[in-house]
Amino acid sequence: NDCVQLIFDFVGWGTDEKGIIVILGHRTVYQRQQIRRAYEEIYQEDLVKRLESEIKGDFEKAVYRWILEPADRDAVLANVAIKSGKNYNIIVEIATILSPEELFAVRRAYLHRYKHSLEEDVAAHTSGHIRQAMGLVTSFRYVGEEINPKLAQNEAEILHDAVKEKKGSYEEAIRILTTRSKTQLIATFNRYREIHGTSISKKLVDEGSDEFQKALYTTIRSINDHIKYYEKVVRNAIKKVGTDEDALTRVIVSRAEKDLKLISDVYYKRNSVLLEHAVAKEISGDYKKFLLTLLGKEE
Amino acid sequence: MAFNQELEAITQAFSGHGVDEKSLVTILGKWDPQERESFRKNTPHSFIEDHERHFQRCDDHYVRLLKHEFVRFKNAVVLWTMHPWERDARLVKEALKKGPSAYGVLVEVACTRSSEELLGARKAYHSLFDHSIEEDVASHIHGIERKLLVALVSAYRYEGSKVKDDTAKSEAKILSNAIKNVHKKPINEDDEVIRILATRSKLHLQAVYKHYKEISGKNLDEDLDDLRFKETVQCLCTPQIYFSKVLNAALRIDVDKNTKKSLTRVIVTRADIDIKDIKAEYHNLYEVSLPQKVEEVARGNYKDFLLNLIARG
Repeated sequence: NDCVQLIFDFVGWGTDEKGIIVILGHRTVYQRQQIRRAYEEIYQEDLVKRLESEIKGDFEKAVYRWILEPADRDAVLANVAIKSGKNYNIIVEIATILSPEELFAVRRAYLHRYKHSLEEDVAAHTSGHIRQAMGLVTSFRYVGEEINPKLAQNEAEILHDAVKEKKGSYEEAIRILTTRSKTQLIATFNRYREIHGTSISKKLVDEGSDEFQKALYTTIRSINDHIKYYEKVVRNAIKKVGTDEDALTRVIVSRAEKDLKLISDVYYKRNSVLLEHAVAKEISGDYKKFLLTLLGKEE
Repeated sequence: MAFNQELEAITQAFSGHGVDEKSLVTILGKWDPQERESFRKNTPHSFIEDHERHFQRCDDHYVRLLKHEFVRFKNAVVLWTMHPWERDARLVKEALKKGPSAYGVLVEVACTRSSEELLGARKAYHSLFDHSIEEDVASHIHGIERKLLVALVSAYRYEGSKVKDDTAKSEAKILSNAIKNVHKKPINEDDEVIRILATRSKLHLQAVYKHYKEISGKNLDEDLDDLRFKETVQCLCTPQIYFSKVLNAALRIDVDKNTKKSLTRVIVTRADIDIKDIKAEYHNLYEVSLPQKVEEVARGNYKDFLLNLIARG
């Protein structure tokens, strides 16, 4: 019955966005896939393909992203980033914030969609240090609570030399960041702070930083505390003149079923404004209604 | 049987891969003390005559050798019974422990397994060793081989049929240029070569291999001097030839411990995959059948076990 309603909405695309927002925005990933299947049965057309051809603006893009399965969504985001040649932070996010199993699901989805492996396309579109850093996408990190304190000490020093002092070898820094388990890395970052008094990511990037340094920075911040990282992405997206809708959509759609609430809480603590209010101020129309629905705060 | 014949039989029982348990039971088992002393005196490289104290002492090397040969069958059984994922994870761990001479096994595991099999091995590695494969490979290997090996064990290659022939052609050209310029830039520092070998699908690489031959007249692996790169190309593009070569090197009587182990490894890991094709290729290359060679060089239960595995498919 959801589907029947949706059919009318989509067929008359542009006439009842409210229906789309209200229905899709409140469905879980499982339910959305059911809707997709039912649509295909009735209309012999993939709902996703239909949406792909109808994307005109931010609202359609957000709905399209929302309806994709998470792994497929991230595969699409990664592909867009690769083709753009600059949004490596998106690839870093996918590679570091997802669990190793989730990352593999993205790799599978990417293979299925693009008939190339994710690492194949990343490597073919990058070079030098940034290509090596993209070794992040091939990682399959060990997941466990074990920490080796001596290793944390050694590797904190290696990271310091490479990243802060800009001497030593970037290769060793990349090795550590792309292969160690997240638990081990967080221990390493903590050890770094104990030794040097500041967090490793502080002042890691400035206006002069190149893509590689920015990628390193994103890697460290995403692994260390991805909620805080996402809060900053959202804050910058809102602050930016004209608003970075793409980044806003990306964070809200990707995290709505995971930890968007935590990100909102951190946003409020940091900015003394509720995220939904900040968002409502900067954007409008169906796009605004859809994002607010995902935020759980429809008007 | 005359004693001389028995001596010969027991000597044979101990030489080769594995031991001939039956002969040891029926012949050696019935020898009296003089016959056994005669055996010791007749086998000077295994028993050292202590002239001062009038007895024949076991040579230490002989004792170690015996240990390996008796246990060869057991190791084959254990490897065969293991889940393929655990098998590969343990092979990788062992290779890392052994050092550079064993890194060919890393290439073999990374390049001759399917994408899902390699993923499985990575999962098993987590379970067994509390580290990821790439973590251990990267931290154990510091030399020039690291880049290639880390990239190979991390791959999750496309396995479909779609190949862009233009790309394959241009990548063959890239490889050709890289090989020509190897005196200016060593092949293991060439990121483009590593990219192509470590990320492209196997079907794509076979197209690259074909185009390379058209451009340069030689096979890609023949033109690569670096052993790891050579093995990589062989494993990805011509695995049955690669495995035949490994088997051929192992199927000799006097061969070092590690080379000997590759006989078990190859037969056990390929018995369910492509042992039939490997057999055909082996015959093609060496004009002798693989079972025949195994019959010649292996002994006892180990031999029978291998022959059984080879007969599959």
